[in-house]
Amino acid sequence: MTILHETRPTVATAVVEIEHDGRWKPVCGYADLLPGRGVAVLLGAEQVALFRDRAGLLYAVGNTDPFSGSAVISRGIMGSRGAAPVVASPMYKQAFDLRTGECLDEAATPDGSPARLGVWPVRVVS
Amino acid sequence: MVKKDLVLIGHGMVGQRFLEAFLAQDGAAWDWRVTVLAEEPRPAYDRVHLTSWFSGTSAEELSLCPASFIDEHGIDLRLGDPAVAVDRDRRTVTTRSGQLLPYDALVLATGSYPFVPPVPGHDARGCHVYRTIEDLAGIKEAAATARVGAVVGGGLLGLEAAGALRAMELETHVVEFAPRLMAIQVDDGGGAVLRRKIEELGVIVHTGAGTQAVDVDDDGAVRTMQLSDGTELAADLVVFSAGVRPRDQLARDCGLSVGERGGITVDERCRTSDPHIWAIGECAQAADGRVYGLVGPGYAMAEAAALDLTGGAGSFTGGDTSTKLKLLGVDVASFGDAHGTTHGALDVLYTDSRAGVYKKLVIGADGALLGGVLVGDADAYSVLRPLAASGAELPAPPEQLLLPASVGAPGAGALPDEAVVCSCHNVSKAAIRAAVGEQGCTSVPEVKKCTKAGTGCGSCVKLMTGIVEEELAASGVEVARGICEHFTRTRAELYEIIRAKGITSFSRVLDEHGTGEGCDLCKPVVASILASLGSTYVLDGEQAGLQDTNDHFLANLQRNGSYSVVPRIPGGEITPDGLITIGRIARDFGLYTKITGGQRIDMFGASVDQLPLIWQRLVDAGFESGHAYGKALRTVKSCVGQTWCRYGVQDSVALAIELELRYRGLRSPHKLKAAVSGCARECAEAQSKDFGVIATAEGWNLYVGGNGGMTPRHADLLAADLDRESLIRTIDRFLMFYIRTADRLERTAPWIERLEGGLDHLRSVVLDDSLGICDDLDELMARHVGTYQDEWATTLADPDRVRRFVSFVNAPGVPDPTVRFVSERDQIRPARPAEGGRTLAPALVAGPELEVRTR
Ligand SMILES: Cc1cc2nc3c(=O)[nH]c(=O)nc-3n(C[C@H](O)[C@H](O)[C@H](O)COP(=O)(O)OP(=O)(O)OC[C@H]3O[C@@H](n4cnc5c(N)ncnc54)[C@H](O)[C@@H]3O)c2cc1C
Repeated sequence: MTILHETRPTVATAVVEIEHDGRWKPVCGYADLLPGRGVAVLLGAEQVALFRDRAGLLYAVGNTDPFSGSAVISRGIMGSRGAAPVVASPMYKQAFDLRTGECLDEAATPDGSPARLGVWPVRVVS
Repeated sequence: MVKKDLVLIGHGMVGQRFLEAFLAQDGAAWDWRVTVLAEEPRPAYDRVHLTSWFSGTSAEELSLCPASFIDEHGIDLRLGDPAVAVDRDRRTVTTRSGQLLPYDALVLATGSYPFVPPVPGHDARGCHVYRTIEDLAGIKEAAATARVGAVVGGGLLGLEAAGALRAMELETHVVEFAPRLMAIQVDDGGGAVLRRKIEELGVIVHTGAGTQAVDVDDDGAVRTMQLSDGTELAADLVVFSAGVRPRDQLARDCGLSVGERGGITVDERCRTSDPHIWAIGECAQAADGRVYGLVGPGYAMAEAAALDLTGGAGSFTGGDTSTKLKLLGVDVASFGDAHGTTHGALDVLYTDSRAGVYKKLVIGADGALLGGVLVGDADAYSVLRPLAASGAELPAPPEQLLLPASVGAPGAGALPDEAVVCSCHNVSKAAIRAAVGEQGCTSVPEVKKCTKAGTGCGSCVKLMTGIVEEELAASGVEVARGICEHFTRTRAELYEIIRAKGITSFSRVLDEHGTGEGCDLCKPVVASILASLGSTYVLDGEQAGLQDTNDHFLANLQRNGSYSVVPRIPGGEITPDGLITIGRIARDFGLYTKITGGQRIDMFGASVDQLPLIWQRLVDAGFESGHAYGKALRTVKSCVGQTWCRYGVQDSVALAIELELRYRGLRSPHKLKAAVSGCARECAEAQSKDFGVIATAEGWNLYVGGNGGMTPRHADLLAADLDRESLIRTIDRFLMFYIRTADRLERTAPWIERLEGGLDHLRSVVLDDSLGICDDLDELMARHVGTYQDEWATTLADPDRVRRFVSFVNAPGVPDPTVRFVSERDQIRPARPAEGGRTLAPALVAGPELEVRTR
């Protein structure tokens, strides 16, 4: 599960960190994130898509779209599906739950592998 | 318990339908072991839509039988192993490979074979029939080297085949023995209109002419065809489509009773003269003595047989041979007693030769509708056919039923409950209403699933939609017309709200008129409305978050995550220096280049990081965004026009440039394409565009609502012989009216078709200001023209905006390592999964030597 910070950081200098290989790694300034959009983060050989919603909450999921195999999830549009915060892949538009990485439209990709994104813990430090 | 053996011979459309109906019966799968013998190399597929194979529908997409169906039901399907003999005493079937299969029940569904007249040379190389995917593959291969194609037979299939040959750019002839085309379905008047329309499409029609001989050259290939009227056709490809005959040979050989003109005789439960054998589909002669060549009656027979076999009571006593089709883009429909053979029947006619429309209704002595023929405009078919079949009283005088829908032809409400709406699956209006009222369906797709209505030929979907909507409204269910789960409003309604309230942010629209957080459907819609209402830069503040990735990076996302770049080349006119600049930039960044259909140059393979660098050079050289990424004006294509062309009558290039510069950057519900042709030869293909202009000696003709792509549509003439000012004013209003009232992702073509009152209404709005909104529309367009700015120049001028163009927020300048390329034909292309390939060099040091070698 993604760790969501509880209070909205007010400091322009707040830094976003993602947990990777058991360590928290700073990846960008909180102010670098546009509400409703994502950015891609390179952690070793892994790519993470980092999002900030309108309320200021952060989510970090895998950046590789399981349907196209391309690293584009960070460029999708955020929104909600019922109560779930989602991102729609910009490639073929399937929606993924940002909390669990689960694809809400299809259970598996055409080649049979599960349609889900990895999820990373994320936090903001002042 | 020992299972009984059921053998099905023939896995065509009806055979598959039989399997579905049979296995859906309780216990059928327990009691029976099912073996299917198929002559063709693949499971059942949709023969009705066979012709779409030519336009790219694959064999898999045509399939009617998913592998899971065979597995789940444990069916023993033997492809490519046809039955060659039936022994009725021993109750066995012998297959071509020599297998002997016992049966307790045998179902024959062997379909038909195309009739080939036994003229000399009928089996020469270059002669084809039109029944299976293999037949079509053969025709396609032959067409690649052929020049002139002749289709023998001007019926439904013949005209489909002719359309296919025409699309493969063969000179195409249709040879029909009868005095008119589609002799079975239409009458002389309809045949004449159909002929004229088909000839307009470049097909040469010979009626009242028989084929006497096919002559071959020294290699045995078709060379010419002799017709009974003395014509000699220099054809090198011949398609025989002169009707079909039931495949009843197996049945004849084992002594089953067959009809005089062929077809295995069956009773209303589809039993043959042998109590262990059933026959269904085109190979059977039904209880009413007819052999049906349509899939609807075949399906009904399949269900009757399936019920009979499992102890139920089904019957088929006769079916509807009504047809509606689009042949070479021309609507043709015939239903009921189309030829008025009923005693005392009289015709009511409507013809509009200018528009190529012919409609005839056959009215009985008692005033009931018996049948009819519609050519050129068959919209009314979906209501008229069930009306005729039900025998119900007419809801309006017959002459009114023939008028175009916009003038008040009746809708779904006019139909009685028992009227059959879907004749492919025999679904009545009552059944559709029940699916909504009793089974709780709330949308057309749900009703389709539940009743199967509309899943055959699809011609009833429009009528069905009307019934479903009426029923939903009657039961108080709010019909969801909204954009998505976050808005119950349509795009047009949101447009009016945003405009009236002067709203400038998505948050406010969502808070005041929506729920939740929005999504990838509603966000770009609102972004587009905000942009077309005059907010100048699409990536300012909150608007940035609303854009599709293409708009967000002002470039087009490609399949491997890289982007393509298209600078604007107004009217397709470009200087040699301009070409050299684009070439240099593409070479320096190692991009793949291709000329687009809109007369410009697309550069592929750029990473996000490279986009600002590429664009800096383009902007410095005087180029600006081509908006290839936006739902916006793309290009105004032009021919070279009067300046150079010997035939041109106006300067099409100058006008195209003027229009493109005027409407560049205009955000709309969908992309907009346009063209200007300098004379009636129409080299710019203006009639396939959202708006197209064709020069006349007096001025300009304006066409609107054309479309290429998946559902091509010719544009309609909106106004003729306009001078430059009135032309531009009319286009201004047309575009703004469209932007204001169209649905999300609705191109101009379906928008015009949906407009109440259609083209006439549109004309009255934009030319006569019937709604009194033209001042508004003019003002909106003036604002657009006055505030246009090049998005790329604006982006590059602000370092904060440029900072967004990084692949990784924590590693600026590092390109995405998963975006990999290989070379092909001296350029790059995305690497396929197994290929490895290499990444683009870091954006800053990209140079010609690092990338693809040039020869
Ligand atoms: C181009 C085209 C367009 C059409 N358009 C329409 C339309 O718009 N509307 C409409 O209603 N109908 C249309 N039809 C007709 C429709 O396709 C047929 O009515 C329908 O396919 C009949 O189904 P069937 O199962 O009886 O025959 P088929 O679909 O022909 O299936 C019979 C199968 O049995 C196999 N077979 C034959 N003998 C043996 C044997 N001894 N052993 C094993 N297998 C055997 C055949 O190879 C074939 O696969 C069209 C047909 C064509 C060719």
